[in-house]
Amino acid sequence: MSYFKNISYALRTVRKGLTLTIRYFFSARFKRNKRPVTAANYFEAENGTFTVQYPREEILVPDHGRYKLHNEIDDCIVCDKCAKICPVDCIEIEPIRAVEEYGKTSDGTPLRIHAAKFDIDMAKCCFCGLCTVVCPTECLTMTDEFDYSTSNILDHNFSFSKMTEREINEKKLELEEFQKEKEAIKNTSGAEKQAKPVMKKPAGKPVFKPRPIPKRK
Amino acid sequence: MLSLAFYLLFLLVFVVFAVYAERKTAAFIQNRLGPMEVGPRGMLQTVADLLKMIQKEDIKADAVDKLPFLIAPIIVFVAVFAGFSVLPLNAEVAGSNVSGGLFLMLAIISLDVLGILMAGWASNNKYSLFGSMRSVAQIVSYEIPIGLSVLCVVIITGTLDLQKTSLLQSGRGLIDWNIIQHPVLIIPFLIFFISGLAESNRTPFDLPESESELIGGYHTEYSGFRWGIFMLSEYGMMLLLSIVGAILFFGGWNSPLVRIGSWDLYTMTSGTVWGTFWLLSKALLLVFIQMWVRWTLPRLRVDQLMSLSWKYLTPLSILMLFICGIWKLWLIS
Repeated sequence: MSYFKNISYALRTVRKGLTLTIRYFFSARFKRNKRPVTAANYFEAENGTFTVQYPREEILVPDHGRYKLHNEIDDCIVCDKCAKICPVDCIEIEPIRAVEEYGKTSDGTPLRIHAAKFDIDMAKCCFCGLCTVVCPTECLTMTDEFDYSTSNILDHNFSFSKMTEREINEKKLELEEFQKEKEAIKNTSGAEKQAKPVMKKPAGKPVFKPRPIPKRK
Repeated sequence: MLSLAFYLLFLLVFVVFAVYAERKTAAFIQNRLGPMEVGPRGMLQTVADLLKMIQKEDIKADAVDKLPFLIAPIIVFVAVFAGFSVLPLNAEVAGSNVSGGLFLMLAIISLDVLGILMAGWASNNKYSLFGSMRSVAQIVSYEIPIGLSVLCVVIITGTLDLQKTSLLQSGRGLIDWNIIQHPVLIIPFLIFFISGLAESNRTPFDLPESESELIGGYHTEYSGFRWGIFMLSEYGMMLLLSIVGAILFFGGWNSPLVRIGSWDLYTMTSGTVWGTFWLLSKALLLVFIQMWVRWTLPRLRVDQLMSLSWKYLTPLSILMLFICGIWKLWLIS
């Protein structure tokens, strides 16, 4: 009797399979809603096509995702903290001390150092986000841009300094002259001062004010 | 002659769009989008693929048996395409005027097994040889149920001429179709359809070319245009069997619309162009069902394939032949 059982089993299973696939076929009219991974119903099954046609449409990335670094150089006080904390040393900074305070950041911290070079090599970056945590003026942030692959690895080194070669030389000369002047003053104005060491106040101490991070949309 | 010329052109266009339809069907069943890049909604994807294919080098490995290797695709295509010669297109354009048309067609299309065997054997490749051995075993086995199920129709209509079979089903639309006039033909149709899948080497009977185990089976060693001919014949076989199925069971080129009161929808939708339209749409619907089945059922094992043919389909079709004979006697008396 297993002969007829086989026939009925085959018919039943084929019918079941065919109804299932035709249901999927017709549900391809719909498109699956794109949700960020943080959405509560992210894993909920939904009918319709799942394909994301990537360059034209993207899956939403989480707000707190750690992707490409960005430095808002106008707000950067070149404190070098990010370069120091970086576990993989991907941030390279060349500071030039300014002769005087030359401006203020958007949160009111005085700018006292020029950034002749502020390079972040994203090819080395391990995306830990520590640099953004230590940044006192919050100018260094991680953006939601994740697709910046290139065929040349050197293109992964992003330069944020806005200074031109000429400006850098100018500032260097300025600093040199300033230091020479200082030296001259020091030499002329007595040896009596030489005796006691002067505790110098470190230049460009940031005014750190914690403030809530605005949520990016 | 006219119908054959039409079918040749139609076959070429059909293959381009059938491959596209196949990929789209597969994609939709699997919650994907399928080809989307070339042309609007990827419609020209197959054209791009074809252009790429005909630019490819025609590779002939040193170890192949040159002559059979080169002529095998031609034999396969000729065998399949010759089957189209007896098909009618509409009420005016009949195929070749052979009284035993259906018989001739079945005889010719089973010759493609020769081409497949030649391709696999001449390739001098164990996978190809496996593929063609399976193909021969499969096609030879499924010739029997397909022949017997066609014979059921022949018993009832009393003719081997496909144009006459279509004419016998014309007059009142849907209700004149063989499968509705003679409900005993439902099971022969299922047998015909299943064996047709096996004849055209379609999933779930695609053992001869099972790409996952035999890397394409008998056409592993082929490339470029010669491979394209195999592809063309496979789709040609699908279309041929679908058209034959539409003619034998679903009224051929007759309109399915029936007369409702004074509205004679049947006559309104009959004629040369309408006839062609109905025949091809019925056939294409069957082709769609073949694709739907392909993306539903997994491939059978070799022994399952053989037992399906010899233990289930063949006895059942013999039984149906007997029942159809009784039905015919009962109808006449």
